[in-house]
Amino acid sequence: MTVGDNVIKIQNLSKSFGKNAVLKGVNLTLKRGENLGVLGKSGTGKSVLIKCIVKLIAPDSGSIEALGMNVLQASAQELTLLRGKIGFLFQSAALYDSMTVKENLEFPLVRLNRKLKRDEIDFKVVEALKNVGLEKSLYKMPSELSGGMKKRIGLARTLILEPEIVLYDEPTTGLDPVTSGEISELMVEVQEKFNTSAIVITHDMHCASVTTNRIVMLNEGVVFKEGVYEDLEKSDDKWIRSFFKHS
Amino acid sequence: MLKKNITTKSVEVILKQKSKFSIFFHEAMQGIGDFWFFTMRFFVQLFNFPFERKEFFRQAFQIGNRSLVLVMTTGFIMGVVLTIQSRPTLEDFGAESWLPNMVAVSIIREIGPVITAIICAGKIGSGIGAELGSMRVTEQIDAMEVSGANPYKFLVVTRVLATTIMLPVLVFFADFVGLFGSFLGVNIEGDVSLVLFLSRAMGAVAFTDIIPATIKSVVFGFVIGIIGCYKGYNASRGTESVGKASNEAVVAASLMVFVVDVIVVQITDLFIS
Repeated sequence: MTVGDNVIKIQNLSKSFGKNAVLKGVNLTLKRGENLGVLGKSGTGKSVLIKCIVKLIAPDSGSIEALGMNVLQASAQELTLLRGKIGFLFQSAALYDSMTVKENLEFPLVRLNRKLKRDEIDFKVVEALKNVGLEKSLYKMPSELSGGMKKRIGLARTLILEPEIVLYDEPTTGLDPVTSGEISELMVEVQEKFNTSAIVITHDMHCASVTTNRIVMLNEGVVFKEGVYEDLEKSDDKWIRSFFKHS
Repeated sequence: MLKKNITTKSVEVILKQKSKFSIFFHEAMQGIGDFWFFTMRFFVQLFNFPFERKEFFRQAFQIGNRSLVLVMTTGFIMGVVLTIQSRPTLEDFGAESWLPNMVAVSIIREIGPVITAIICAGKIGSGIGAELGSMRVTEQIDAMEVSGANPYKFLVVTRVLATTIMLPVLVFFADFVGLFGSFLGVNIEGDVSLVLFLSRAMGAVAFTDIIPATIKSVVFGFVIGIIGCYKGYNASRGTESVGKASNEAVVAASLMVFVVDVIVVQITDLFIS
């Protein structure tokens, strides 16, 4: 795997909710082909950070450049195009309750690429499900799936658009150790197979050690420390050590 | 000194009240503004092709199918009760034979549309509020947005259009069954054939009765759909907000049905009479 130029560049990003300042001038970059982990205590704005990248949340100030586009100044049309290139795996997988797995996967595909024929759509859906090892779940409803299966289907729905960047919001939260290990391996496979870049928000240190090439630690709304897993693990800083001690 | 303290305290209380009022006023105005933009967005997105046809038919079927039995049962009961309750008064004036005429006009002009709308505000409005609220809480709406789809067009336009079209259909069924209930009500104490009942009832109903009722039903359907969607779509995070969205949708839609009733009746009377 080779790490290249910047695909995401965030500068001085700030966001407050009322009087609560969540992000206070965050700076970070994501390089092509890299998996960047973002660690930090709950409520430090990790999820807010990645939601700002796809403009689900509008930041108060700062700039975000993704795949060469200024996200905050992009028109609605440009934003739609950009979102097609950035996959987002939600914490809860966010599968559409009223649709089957097949319909869930088709949903973004048919709306972003209306020229696709029926057999091409079916092929892509089956391929995406094969990538996550769930090709037999085509006609199941989300309510029939386990937590791990939902995450896999959520990942398949993200990958079906062949994104250049994937944003993972706590991909292993709520899963047993075996399933979270499987999801972590799947994330590495995705990076290698599709050459994607990713930001991984996680509290799961095993997931962080397996899936990330570099880690950024957020504390009190700013980047506190940056480095590779092994270096951070050996850090003398009490706050950083507390993360690894409790893992 | 005491007087001065009392005056200062009074000023503080007044200022506090004023500040509370200004916050309430500001929030109310913001809410109205948000709702206005949400509604205007519907008309813009309605003509943003391609239309989500499959989802629209699914919603129309569900809305109609889910409420039909309830609406027909209520319509039937209203027909029977209205007839039984009206009979003594008409008998006092020796106008018992006018019973089918009076009931038909009442049901078609007012009771059918309003009762159906109130039931639908409870059943459909709360359903939409809860469904979209739950989708907001579980990040499904966000997921649609980040996948490049247009969640407003898919979720809101289809639902509002479905309620707008299906409510007049439900009103038609409610009216029909209501008249049948009235026929049974008439025959509890009398002996009137169905043909005679219908000829009396339909003879009393003019084209000018049906048009305002239909317009009213369409507006009721739109109001129920847009309020349900607005409350659900803008639900805040947290499971508690799902119940809140559903509850607020019912209350607001039910109230708006009566407000709209007054307004539409005035407007249609102005043009049609």
